[in-house]
Amino acid sequence: MNYKRLTLFAGHYGSGKTNIALNYARYLKRQSLPVTIADLDIVNPYFRTKDSEAALKAEGIGLICSAFANSNLDVPAMPKEVYALVDDRTQCGVLDIGGDDRGALALGRYVPEIRQENNYEMLLVINKSRPLTRTPEATAEVLREIESACGLGFTAIVNNTNLGLQTAAEDVLSSLSYAEAVSRLTGLPIKMTCCAQELYPSLQPHVENLFPLALQKLYYQIKTEVPNGEINISGRTV
Amino acid sequence: MQEKVLMKGNEAIAEAAILAGCRHYLGYPITPQTEVAAYMAKKMPKIGGTFIQAESEIAAINMVYGVAATGKRAMTSSSSPGIALKCEGISYLAGSDLPALIVNVQRGGPGLGGIQPSQSDYFLATRGPGHGDFHVLVFAPASVQEMADLTVRAFDLAEKYRMPAMLLADGTMGQMMEPVVLPEPCGESAHDKSWAVTGTGCKRRHNIVNSLYLSPAELERLNVERFERYKKIEQDECMWEEFMMDDAEICIVSCGITARVARNAIVEARKQGIKVGMLRPITLWPFPKQALYQAAQKVRRFLCVELNMGQMKEDVELAIRCQKPVDLCFRVGGMIPSPEEVLSYIKKANEGGNL
Repeated sequence: MNYKRLTLFAGHYGSGKTNIALNYARYLKRQSLPVTIADLDIVNPYFRTKDSEAALKAEGIGLICSAFANSNLDVPAMPKEVYALVDDRTQCGVLDIGGDDRGALALGRYVPEIRQENNYEMLLVINKSRPLTRTPEATAEVLREIESACGLGFTAIVNNTNLGLQTAAEDVLSSLSYAEAVSRLTGLPIKMTCCAQELYPSLQPHVENLFPLALQKLYYQIKTEVPNGEINISGRTV
Repeated sequence: MQEKVLMKGNEAIAEAAILAGCRHYLGYPITPQTEVAAYMAKKMPKIGGTFIQAESEIAAINMVYGVAATGKRAMTSSSSPGIALKCEGISYLAGSDLPALIVNVQRGGPGLGGIQPSQSDYFLATRGPGHGDFHVLVFAPASVQEMADLTVRAFDLAEKYRMPAMLLADGTMGQMMEPVVLPEPCGESAHDKSWAVTGTGCKRRHNIVNSLYLSPAELERLNVERFERYKKIEQDECMWEEFMMDDAEICIVSCGITARVARNAIVEARKQGIKVGMLRPITLWPFPKQALYQAAQKVRRFLCVELNMGQMKEDVELAIRCQKPVDLCFRVGGMIPSPEEVLSYIKKANEGGNL
């Protein structure tokens, strides 16, 4: 897969940008590139790149994130080191942009430098299973909102259709026509389709540019042999 | 049936409220529940609904009072410090017998505290959030699916019993993403709304929605009547889930996010031969006292797992009449216990032997 010096992941929030950014940084690292990941999210209070801080350090991947990420302070502060990453042309940068137009607003201040160097990819992460991007039209609207908020245009699409831990190969396969429709509507190529690494072997023969994701295990996730424990609330007799 | 979608807990609350017919959201942003307001701000104008970002939490809850008085489904949402501000308004809603939904996506306290998750508003929610003698219905979801389903149920029961309902979630539940099947849109509520202030059309006597009573005797009568209603709710509306309780000797009591952590710990403990199960309250008021009392006849010990200093533990001890020891595993300040941490408490409880 081709890469540029700067790779920007943006999109509707909850589309999977942080997970993909982490995996993409590791993918570049495996090609012996000097990689730094920058968390530009000023919207999300929980589940940040910082959760992977120790692992990234061990792998030799740089991490730039707000000093207040994962803390008890709710301040939308941008880390000053992002300027250095945008300027330092010896480094590969993976930029994890906050969700929607609100999150993308923070990118605007780096756009003149990014545009001048012109060695970047800005990728629109899409997930058909998110209720506000179920249709190609709604997805294209999110794209327009983000572009007008940050002043930078997308260069390609990343299809990350998933239902979290319940994603089946079928969910990915059935999203391909949606991603193609978004591509036709926006004129952007599809750079890759993501799937959990467990699904990679079964999907690989059927999907072009399939990108496997290693997902972080979170403390609240219920192991697969146990049902989640939801009771049928509407049907319950009390 | 609706298709499965991937949602944040906060978004699921907002969409479920819209599907339940709520067209009036009045709120004020606060982390970690801001997505509820953000979702409503985007969606309400598109469906002919009303979204108002009020000037404060206090203004928002009093706007809820105004909408509720007309018999329409109204809601507000906030997180712990914001809910504290709304308490006066919630008391007025209760004193005027008005249904409404208040969502509390809890964060750490007291004071400004922090933005990370907590369950430390248990007392505030279950003892009646505000001045005077009253209760609100309190629901504690433990999945994004339950965030949606309990939102619908909360609206329904609030109208059935003419009282405010609180969805008591925590920051993690609000922020985490899971697949959810959204509820079917429901039509007009079937409950009697003859009390609503909707204009008489000069055809009937006008209705008055009010919580001020000049006669002490009348105020006393209304308080007593309200508590007769509460008694019926405690009999009919308790919800809980039992997990691996059939042969359990230790009973974990936990709700919301900690119940999910405890579930992982229970599965691991069972592998190690420890007979442990869980009784997960889904309604915190009414509290499933009867179910706990019955469990106390079978188990050796109880273990509460909470994101507070043991607030629900008091209710468990009361429910079981202190027949068995109740241990506590807690984290506060925005911290969450790991399954391993809960497992170590289960092991300790297991070695604790019979009382």
